[in-house]
Amino acid sequence: MTQRLARPPRLTLAATTDAPNIVEVRRISKSYGNQIEALRDVSLAFPRGRLTTLLGPSGCGKTTLLKIIAGLIPADAGDVYVNGRVVTGPGPERAFVFQDFALLPWANVLRNVAFGLELRGMAKDEREALAAKYIRDVGLAGFEKRYPHELSGGMKQRVGLARALAVNADVILMDEPFSAVDEQTRRKFQEDLLQLLAVERKTVIFVTHSIEEAAYLSDQIVLLTRRPGTVAKVLEPRIDRSHGPEAVRRDPAYLDAVEEIWAMLKQYLA
Amino acid sequence: MRILGYRLPMPAALLLWGALWEIAGRLELVPILPPLSDVLIAMGQLVHTGQFWAGARTTLASFATGMGLAIAIGIPLGMLMGRIAMADRLLGMWVNLFASAPLTALVPVLMILFGLGSTTVVVTVTLFAVWIIALDTAAGMKHVNPSLLEMVRSFGASRWVIYGRILPLAALPEILAGIRLGLIRGVKGVVIGQLLVSIVGFGELFELYSRNFLMPEFWALTLFIFAFALVASEAIGWIEHRIEAYASSRS
Ligand SMILES: Nc1ncnc2c1ncn2[C@@H]1O[C@H](COP(=O)(O)OP(=O)(O)OP(=O)(O)O)[C@@H](O)[C@H]1O
Ligand SMILES: [Mg+2]
Repeated sequence: MTQRLARPPRLTLAATTDAPNIVEVRRISKSYGNQIEALRDVSLAFPRGRLTTLLGPSGCGKTTLLKIIAGLIPADAGDVYVNGRVVTGPGPERAFVFQDFALLPWANVLRNVAFGLELRGMAKDEREALAAKYIRDVGLAGFEKRYPHELSGGMKQRVGLARALAVNADVILMDEPFSAVDEQTRRKFQEDLLQLLAVERKTVIFVTHSIEEAAYLSDQIVLLTRRPGTVAKVLEPRIDRSHGPEAVRRDPAYLDAVEEIWAMLKQYLA
Repeated sequence: MRILGYRLPMPAALLLWGALWEIAGRLELVPILPPLSDVLIAMGQLVHTGQFWAGARTTLASFATGMGLAIAIGIPLGMLMGRIAMADRLLGMWVNLFASAPLTALVPVLMILFGLGSTTVVVTVTLFAVWIIALDTAAGMKHVNPSLLEMVRSFGASRWVIYGRILPLAALPEILAGIRLGLIRGVKGVVIGQLLVSIVGFGELFELYSRNFLMPEFWALTLFIFAFALVASEAIGWIEHRIEAYASSRS
């Protein structure tokens, strides 16, 4: 924590702390070629410090939306605002966690986690100290010198998460981060993620296919329709997370959310 | 290698061929083939001559310069072809053509352009090696995981970093394979270049030996060049092997 306090305050701080929504998506449309219309007129708001999941049938444009917010692909129409400023490309206030981890295969865990800081020109000692802290935070202490091919899928994704946390972005974008990970690892990971986020105060936009995962993690759940993706519904389950993971899974608010999402999504299965 | 159903290990196979060579040489079956023992003795004598080392120096220098140029041109060329569809359409045809064409036919033209000296040899080496390096690099570019590039961009990498560092490292396995194949072609290039120019490096020695029918020396020199090509390509193979773990885990 001392690390955090020692950093200079951000210039945008005064201007933005009063804005409740750190990310705003306004009337985004996106087509690939002239055949595939992925998103149509999507508007969304992402409250600061909250975890929002994007859920919807396969191919409805979740990844597309996330990448537009990340500034990795341009929208055809509409704008994305982060901290009140329009997005024109990737920026330091956003960090992405990839479904397939996207680690540098030639670099060890320490260098991978420090990669974002390295690109920003931070001195080696400083960035490695910071990376080491986040490696500890995600539970990978002792694996600093290992290479990606020596790690399991779950461990690789922890590296991906530590890398995103290390750059101290306000917004973390995660595209099905746990889909390549087995069920037990996934549950443990979800709990660890919630704990970490409670400490780090991040805004998270999270894409998933899992109804349980969405209900378990989210403050806000965005349900998208089948392609072309539009916003079908936004849920805000009020789940009490103070009594631990087992209690959450028995919480009526959690069960209601699961029920409601399922009712909504099953009409697309036909 | 199998003989009468038995598998022969590599050293034994070499010994067998060596013995055959020795016998064929002793029987004087072919006039240009002296016994292996004579060739080995000539190799021993050769390394004590200044002539050999002077030739080796010139040859190595031409080879190294030519390979350096081939790598310096081949990798960017391959990256261009692998990353930009337009460049691939414009250049791909020619690079493929040159990679499989009998380039020896061009060496006399190079001699006219670059004179009867080391420059021609260097250019020959480059001409022989560069195309396969470009082709393999281009293939490597197409294997780079797109999400790795998105990751790099999402953390704000400049084009300079992407093209200068990330892409070459991400395609390193293919690039190294290209360099190893280029190396073998480059050895061919240096030999052919020197033979045709015939007044520099080993070309001068080959010319001398064959004109005076000094077959043991001729073969000794040939074996040295084979050994060099083998060692150089093994060295690259060794590096390739070292990065195999990460090469196979890319996806
Ligand atoms: N680069 C592309 N070129 C052409 N079509 C694309 C491209 N990327 C995505 N699409 C198409 O756009 C639609 C939305 O894709 P997207 O990946 O955003 O969906 P998704 O909701 O993330 O799907 P999934 O749940 O399967 O991950 C899909 O029909 C997909 O096939
Ligand atoms: Mg997706």
